[in-house]
Amino acid sequence: MQLSGAEITLRCLAEEGVEFLFGYPGGAVLYIYDEIFKQDKVKHILVRHEQAAIHAADGYARSSGRPGVAIVTSGPGVTNAVTGIATAFLDSIPMVIISGQVPTRAIGLDAFQEVDTVGITRPCVKHNFLVKDVNELATTIKKAFYVATSGRPGPVLVDIPKDVSQHLAEYSYPSSVSMRSYNPVIKGHAGQIKKAVQMLLEAKRPMIYAGGGVILGDASHLLTQIVRELGYPCTNTLMGLGAYPATDKQFVGMLGMHGTYEANLAMQNCDVLLAIGARFDDRVIGNPEHFYQPGRRIIHVDIDPSSISKRVKVDVPIVGNLADVAEEMLKQLHASEAKPDPQALAAWWKQIEEWRGRDCLRFDRSNTEIIKPQAVVEKLYEVTNGDAYITSDVGQHQMWAAQYYKFDKPRRWINSGGLGTMGFGLPSAMGVQFAFPNDMVACVTGEASIQMCIQELSTCKQYHLPIKIVNLNNRYLGMVRQWQELQHGNRYSESYMEALPDFVKLAESYGHVGFKIESPADVEGALREAFALKDRTVFLDFQTDQTENVFPMVPGGKGLSEMILGSEDL
Amino acid sequence: MRHILSLLLENEAGALSRVAGLFSARGYNIESLTVAPTEDPTLSRMTIVTSGSEDVIEQITKQLNKLIEVVKVFDLNEGRHIERELMLVKIRAEGKDREEIKRTADIFRGRVIDVTDRIYTIELTGTRDKLDAFLEAIDSAHILETVRTGASGIGRGEWILRV
Repeated sequence: MQLSGAEITLRCLAEEGVEFLFGYPGGAVLYIYDEIFKQDKVKHILVRHEQAAIHAADGYARSSGRPGVAIVTSGPGVTNAVTGIATAFLDSIPMVIISGQVPTRAIGLDAFQEVDTVGITRPCVKHNFLVKDVNELATTIKKAFYVATSGRPGPVLVDIPKDVSQHLAEYSYPSSVSMRSYNPVIKGHAGQIKKAVQMLLEAKRPMIYAGGGVILGDASHLLTQIVRELGYPCTNTLMGLGAYPATDKQFVGMLGMHGTYEANLAMQNCDVLLAIGARFDDRVIGNPEHFYQPGRRIIHVDIDPSSISKRVKVDVPIVGNLADVAEEMLKQLHASEAKPDPQALAAWWKQIEEWRGRDCLRFDRSNTEIIKPQAVVEKLYEVTNGDAYITSDVGQHQMWAAQYYKFDKPRRWINSGGLGTMGFGLPSAMGVQFAFPNDMVACVTGEASIQMCIQELSTCKQYHLPIKIVNLNNRYLGMVRQWQELQHGNRYSESYMEALPDFVKLAESYGHVGFKIESPADVEGALREAFALKDRTVFLDFQTDQTENVFPMVPGGKGLSEMILGSEDL
Repeated sequence: MRHILSLLLENEAGALSRVAGLFSARGYNIESLTVAPTEDPTLSRMTIVTSGSEDVIEQITKQLNKLIEVVKVFDLNEGRHIERELMLVKIRAEGKDREEIKRTADIFRGRVIDVTDRIYTIELTGTRDKLDAFLEAIDSAHILETVRTGASGIGRGEWILRV
């Protein structure tokens, strides 16, 4: 059967089980949009800016585990999408992006709305394709989904020139695809796993450090089982929150630049470290020379060989699919005669509890004058029973959300950890709400970040997305101001947000509900009222303490044990 | 340390720029890079001469392997290998220098491949060191133009890099 490239594209997406296609039309994708109109299998979601299309597909992918799919037109459609694509790339999110391109005969002639899409996106995709022949379109789309979702996931872009979407070809969708140059490792090396298990059992001061890879690899339940059976302390990275339940007593909190005292000191002082699905990022371990401890042995499990021994030399590298490796670890743990040394472990826990006793996340909870941003997140946790999907933008509010909302389940915490993209929160929340229409979705944001994709309030209206926007409004670029206080002599260079809109009126003008909350006494009530409005987008504009900073903090370039615990340490 | 990496990659538009882009994006050194299709026209063979600590070379190898179009990567320094580079050099050769330059070329097993009454164009193959040594042996004032291919490398003996 002869079909046009455009129809083939839609058939392929339907074959892949794509529910939602987030996008924005334009000249180069008009044939594809015509086919979108003619079918009803794939639902198109019209955003207000291409960056938001990618973030929404990203939020859908992070929360559901299925690949996110977006479509943009050539030229500015693509350049607007680049921030979103790079965001997904840095956090290894499976995604397929369809982009329109000028007709093949016009490529290279500086045609209207032409950019070198493959060239511009090359450094921020897992892979990309330019389809020059309609006969290769179906196979290319199949490859795109395969590459995006296998191995270490990532965004894959398929660039389709306008004439290719118009030309006819015989259509059949391949059921599978194999590529000689791409064979992601699945099984971990059994010998290495055995060595790792022995090393773990010999530990006197063990520590388990889990990252976003555990969530991406759907290995949270296995990690949880390993941690519980061993009785060892566990920390999660910013990307890994929810991989191990935050309310469990073996959880010592998030680690890193704004991690807990106990997590960072346990990382620094352990004698055997199991790193799983994490990559010793600069925001996580700080200065690698300071992090180095003679005598500490490190086991590193990751699906990507290039993550291993990149910043930190490890003793037992294991490359493989995390779920497979974790299962094999459990099997070997059960088969092993050796057991963890109970005395050493008790002494280690005593030390950790002592660190925990510092209560590094304490803040002024009794303040009745001014709203503490941390208190808003704590109330959000209470009001939602810890069961909401929380997206965030980037800055202080992101760290407070990570520190004070206790994520017990994977895929509930959606944030741009790698690229740190302001503007991510609201559109990613839309993607989450599409994936889970009946669940609570909140976007924790700040007055600066929210304005970077504020136009999506219109999309929320069109699709009736009952997202709750929790705006921690301190009238500052808070994280910038914090660094300026710590490292730049309190010179607040361009970090004050002047001429802010009236967010309540703004929300109302888009047809939503807006609340302005100025007193600590009103925080809980406003949140309860917002979540009671089950079919409305609600913009909660909390006027928070302008001076509050995020602590603990490992200043840039410092080591994990060189934390500042609060302003009194300065 | 200097390393010679041999790659097999899909002979597709854009594969070269992925490799070159990787080196510039991650700040790795490239001393030279050569590429051409192999006897199997779907594959290209690339030789990259780079330098860096063992850790850096390990990362380069891993990052290259991650590129979807790269089929195989091998660090020739891991075994015995042969490396050759081709150089074409245009030398001013007049009067009494003419014979001297011809003799020097002979010593280095170079061949004169083009002649005018003022110029020799000489073709020379060998390792980088040999080509450098030849250029040093000629008075630099006489060297008018040089063009070098960069090194191609292959393993010694029975060892074969193939898919």
